[in-house]
Amino acid sequence: MIWQLDFWLMLVLIGVAVLALRLRDLLAAVVALGAYSFLMALLFSELGAVDVAFTEVVLGAGVVSVLLVFALFSLDRRSSD
Amino acid sequence: MIHRYQGVVVELVSRAVVPAIQVFALYIITHGHYSPGGGFQGGALLAASILLLRFTQGRKESYRRFPPGAGFALAALGLLIFLLVGLASVARGGSFLDYAYLPWPWASPETLRYYGILVVEAGIALTVWGTLVVVFDQVGTRTRDV
Repeated sequence: MIWQLDFWLMLVLIGVAVLALRLRDLLAAVVALGAYSFLMALLFSELGAVDVAFTEVVLGAGVVSVLLVFALFSLDRRSSD
Repeated sequence: MIHRYQGVVVELVSRAVVPAIQVFALYIITHGHYSPGGGFQGGALLAASILLLRFTQGRKESYRRFPPGAGFALAALGLLIFLLVGLASVARGGSFLDYAYLPWPWASPETLRYYGILVVEAGIALTVWGTLVVVFDQVGTRTRDV
């Protein structure tokens, strides 16, 4: 564990999470969520949980992003709230 | 919604990347019992490679390579493998998925455990692969064409 790496990963993670919540364009929000999953996987592997990181990067960054893009085809692309 | 994407870069890159993903997924599945990874992650990678085909090659071409009914068959086959291995050890007096009781009496318990977990991982991978592809096929055909 390197606390400097943990600190910066956590900081960027929070930034990307806030970005994914605040973006009005939902496709961009999905991409930000994929980046969030990838950073989360980096954090997991840095903490020593390589198996969890593997699952997170395959499912969170790969499959769930594709599922959300599929869901966007039946929605409006802009968020209204 | 799935049409063939017209672009030589996407076409060539996906052609190069899909076999690489699948070989890596096989590595993950077969080495899952002594390194990170396993049936679930490998199966998800296999499903991701099929989804990449669905996105880049269009519905017509990718249905020829991986028919939509094949997902159901793969999922059922994987579940069958899992249940058969689990119940085979029950039939010989062990508990569920106790690989040492598998019906090959001439092999040592260590060998049986080693290969039993491998077969179960392969079953899990087939189930995850088929199920994820089926989920995306259902979601993709229900949405309207864009």
